[in-house]
Amino acid sequence: MIKVEHLQKRFGPKIAVDDVSFSVEKGEVLGFLGPNGAGKSTTMRMITGFIPPSSGRVSVGGFDILEAPLAAKRLIGYLPENAPAYSDMTVAGFLAFAAELRGLSGDAKRKAVHRAIEMCFLEPVANQTIETLSKGYKHRTCFAQSILHDPDVLILDEPTDGLDPNQKHEVRTLIRTMGEKKAIIFSTHILEEVEAVCSRAIIIDRGRIVANGTPAELKRRCDHAGTVTVRLAKSAPGAAEKLAALPGVGKASAQEGGLFHVIPCDKSGTGIAAAIYELAARETWTLEELHTEEGRLDEVFRSITLGDKSTKEVAA
Amino acid sequence: MSAIFTIAKRELGGFFNSPVAYVFLVIFLLLSGFMTFMISNWFGMGQANLAGFLVWHPWLYLFLVPAVGMRMWSEERRLGTIELLLTLPVTPWQAIAGKFLAAWAVLGIALLLTFPMIVTVNALGHPDNGIIVAGYLGSFLLAGAYLAVTSMTSALTRNQVVSFIISVVVCLFLILAGFPPITDLLVRWASPGVVETVASFSVMTHFVGLQKGVVDSRDLLYFASIIGFSLFSTSVILRAHRAG
Ligand SMILES: Nc1ncnc2c1ncn2[C@@H]1O[C@H](COP(=O)(O)OP(=O)(O)OP(=O)(O)O)[C@@H](O)[C@H]1O
Ligand SMILES: [Mg+2]
Repeated sequence: MIKVEHLQKRFGPKIAVDDVSFSVEKGEVLGFLGPNGAGKSTTMRMITGFIPPSSGRVSVGGFDILEAPLAAKRLIGYLPENAPAYSDMTVAGFLAFAAELRGLSGDAKRKAVHRAIEMCFLEPVANQTIETLSKGYKHRTCFAQSILHDPDVLILDEPTDGLDPNQKHEVRTLIRTMGEKKAIIFSTHILEEVEAVCSRAIIIDRGRIVANGTPAELKRRCDHAGTVTVRLAKSAPGAAEKLAALPGVGKASAQEGGLFHVIPCDKSGTGIAAAIYELAARETWTLEELHTEEGRLDEVFRSITLGDKSTKEVAA
Repeated sequence: MSAIFTIAKRELGGFFNSPVAYVFLVIFLLLSGFMTFMISNWFGMGQANLAGFLVWHPWLYLFLVPAVGMRMWSEERRLGTIELLLTLPVTPWQAIAGKFLAAWAVLGIALLLTFPMIVTVNALGHPDNGIIVAGYLGSFLLAGAYLAVTSMTSALTRNQVVSFIISVVVCLFLILAGFPPITDLLVRWASPGVVETVASFSVMTHFVGLQKGVVDSRDLLYFASIIGFSLFSTSVILRAHRAG
């Protein structure tokens, strides 16, 4: 549905987005991660046709955003960063306006507005002017605008920004269910959100894609992904050596209080936890804890986005 | 077409939901009344026409039209709603036209609300109503020309005040280039041909004819091209701004 090829955006001498390519199909939810100023919003603005790329191509549903902008825009629902909305309008009036520009009228318009108000829990404020809304409600109003016409493609720039925990949960659930039938791209700084919602994630740093994969794949890039933590009730002499001798284990180190970290030779290697369990049973150790580290996205994020900055600085 | 209508409807709602439209209407009516009766001494002139009323319009509009139009695009940019508007399936042209037409309609309403002038002049004498209609048409076109200039300047900046000041300066130039006291000064330095060319860019040159009841297609063309050029510039400025 969404195809982005070698997208580049220059602002004067500064390159905000550099050679970004990816594609998103229906049924996919793509998470867009990256530090502040990485170029997430700029990429989304180019996909939605708000700003023209310096070079590269974007096509949505087969329509080139520069050559057939109206056809492409009809397929897209877009929630811009900071959720702008006409502050002098009421929530229902604003949604009706957006619906009309989407080509809906009469009964279809009323139904679409009603549905969006319901899905975004806006009933209590439907007739309030937008400038008097709290930040979260304002954000939800703009979000409602993006799903009015039940679009095939949704581009959401920080959709959960400013929402309370319950609403964050609702919006995530909504994105996940909508993601079954639509192609969705959303950006966020909340990494749990990526694990909860995304089928794939892209990390972008200083305009470039630095990682692209499922959340599980990304987590495996973590330094201690796959490490098994073992805690024994009583200290057993020579346990560390015995653990290290297990097949598939690279290293085992003893920590304080009967704690051991067992590092596999191969991160994707599974089953060392099972081997450890069997070993403990043979040696009649009492296991208090046995736990495989899945890897943490925030650590992967930090190591990718900070890691190569320091190497670049060294090079410079 | 329906997108233009939807956008214009929203803009009109914005004008009448906020004090902008009412303040404008009241000030326009008060000032035009004041200038007509106090400065032109309309009753004292003893003429059954609206010359003493229309002659003030270029000056009256100089401040009032930029005040109505200054937020047209600057506010969209300041609030970020321009990103919403231009990613909906509308062309920039539809958005520009919709906004322009809505503000022009407000100016038209203000002009229509001066109908007591027409009633009075008809009650007191036997005016040539054709001249009056031409004068109103001229005034409306004049307002449209200023408004189109304001549309252009409001696209330049996210600051309404800056947008207001620039459009007043541009409109002032459009007046002065053909304002007799200025052109009389200019002939001392420049050849009459040059002065005439400069004056032909002025709204005054083209408003005077309509004010006298002469509907010349060249004057109509002049106003249409000022409006067309300024709205086209608006689209160029908006595109350049989006391109970064
Ligand atoms: N109109 C513009 N003119 C000049 N530079 C710009 C413009 N828009 C964005 N930039 C620059 O492009 C870079 C990318 O900005 P962008 O808004 O895409 O970041 P982001 O990833 O969305 O960040 P955040 O997480 O803070 O939202 C930034 O360095 C920003 O300063
Ligand atoms: Mg951003």
